[in-house]
Amino acid sequence: MSLAEPAALPVATSAAPHLHVLKRFTNRFKASLPAYLLLLPSLVFLTLFTYGAMGRVLVDALYQRATPRAPVRFAGLDNIAAVLTDSAFTGAVVNNLVYAVGTAVPSIALALLFALALSRTNAVTSALRAALFLPVLIPMVAASALFLFIFLPNVGLLDYYIGSFLPVLPNWLGDSDIALYAIMVITIWKNAGYYMLFFLAGLQAVPEDVMEAAHLDGAGPYQRLRHIILPELKPTFLFVTVIATLNAVTQVDHVFVMTKGGPSNATNLVLFYIYQQAVEHYDIGKASAATLLTLAALMGLTALSFRTMANREGGG
Amino acid sequence: MKLIDWLLKDAPLATRREITPKLGFALTVLLAVVWLIPFLWMGVATLRPASDGINLMAELMPSLKPTLDNVRDAWEIGDFPRYALNTVIICTGILLVQVVTITLAGFAFARLDFTGKSLIFYLFLMQLMLVPVLLIVPNLSLVAQLGLYDTLTGVMMPFFASAFGTFLMRQAFEAIPTELEDAALIDGASLLQRIRHIYVPLSMPSFSAFAIISVTSHWNDFLWPLMVINSPDKRPLTVGLSVFTATAEGTQAWGTIAAGTLMVIAPLLITFLIFQKRFISSFVTSGIK
Repeated sequence: MSLAEPAALPVATSAAPHLHVLKRFTNRFKASLPAYLLLLPSLVFLTLFTYGAMGRVLVDALYQRATPRAPVRFAGLDNIAAVLTDSAFTGAVVNNLVYAVGTAVPSIALALLFALALSRTNAVTSALRAALFLPVLIPMVAASALFLFIFLPNVGLLDYYIGSFLPVLPNWLGDSDIALYAIMVITIWKNAGYYMLFFLAGLQAVPEDVMEAAHLDGAGPYQRLRHIILPELKPTFLFVTVIATLNAVTQVDHVFVMTKGGPSNATNLVLFYIYQQAVEHYDIGKASAATLLTLAALMGLTALSFRTMANREGGG
Repeated sequence: MKLIDWLLKDAPLATRREITPKLGFALTVLLAVVWLIPFLWMGVATLRPASDGINLMAELMPSLKPTLDNVRDAWEIGDFPRYALNTVIICTGILLVQVVTITLAGFAFARLDFTGKSLIFYLFLMQLMLVPVLLIVPNLSLVAQLGLYDTLTGVMMPFFASAFGTFLMRQAFEAIPTELEDAALIDGASLLQRIRHIYVPLSMPSFSAFAIISVTSHWNDFLWPLMVINSPDKRPLTVGLSVFTATAEGTQAWGTIAAGTLMVIAPLLITFLIFQKRFISSFVTSGIK
């Protein structure tokens, strides 16, 4: 590994101290150069589309245009204030919180059930796993196209089969009290199979002999789940929760296809609001301010989850 | 009851008489059937003749007079071959560039020591959280400034660097014994030659896992291409399908929508059913980012 070793420093003892430092610096840079060159292509794109983009959000959030063609003017915190007082944005934040909890909890619970039931591998469980995993593969847009019909009033799949059991046929996507829950059903259907995979992987770590010993000591299925399996799956839970939260913020394709945020903003989520501000209202300032707030919230959440993870590991 | 015995044949002897796990299994079977209903409806509705009328559209029993009319209509109304081509170009383009960037960066992290390694490592790590889709607004402005608005290159560009891929390759390269490389070093192989002829061939499973994740996720991308692409002939499948659905929904042509959806997802579903094991293990790695 000749490249990895820092080059020897042939510095004369009589050299002036600042020259010494400079030379050491150039030598270290020379030794690191191959690594920098290898990283360069990735760093260019990371700079442009991740970190540069973040800087741009920050700047754009501080400026404003009266009309799309008008010159920009410095607006300070006006954009952020405008977003925070926009009832469409605060509504979207509330919707997104309900949506995040209402999709993460059921899909994680279902994923755990699926993984527990299908933890042994044979032809039957493999087929069932594949069936539960299929929705993960298809585009959210395709899932939305199918569910548009499922939720169609009167003649749709849902009303056709269970409509007769209901006193009144609800307008699943058209009623502002129900639409958000209808949207959540798609997300649960689409993601539970994905989270199942992580629980299946996590269950491999549960030692079979401990389970059997617990059973011999008279522990029933619930006690084994509560005292052996769930503690073992703690890291999986934490990890899947992070992924589910991220999904709840970044996945809004079904909102676009099925409801466009309606009826009366009942299904508007934050990322869709950002899209609307940028593409429909050409308000880059407001869109950037909303992006900035979302990024801040997400980074806070990430820091929190990393700290919890570190604490858990440290505390054993 | 023979089936139950067979299903439980690997279970610890002592637990075979318990009832709760069996109830859980039965519930899972039931839910798996429910999970498949949208797909079942898609297949049945695709083959249903228009003469059955809207009231029978939801019927899950297949029609006795199946027809391919819906497939033909969807094929003619939607420009699916064109959309499919665009999607293939986007996925292939992204993957090819990613393979280069993640191999080089993964090698640097796996085998080289350099100043600022941990700082740069964190720059990569953060990208896992700052998913590009959140940065659609600034990235759209950048793509427009680069003159790439309404081009497939503009759709691809934000994904050319992949932190997930870099970490995957770093892990794969670290597992390769250094002795192999030392031998090549004695033969005078350059850095790039060693990567090309030793590290890459020995890491094929990781490359294929990455390819599966990359292609499925970009096959399914929607919001970003929707913003970048303006001309109808440059739409990828997802954007094409959403436009097609919006049009066909107006005329209540649900059979055609089912056929269009089927065409969009069929390539992925068929590939999955063939390479099921590989897909599943790849998706598990996608979590261990």
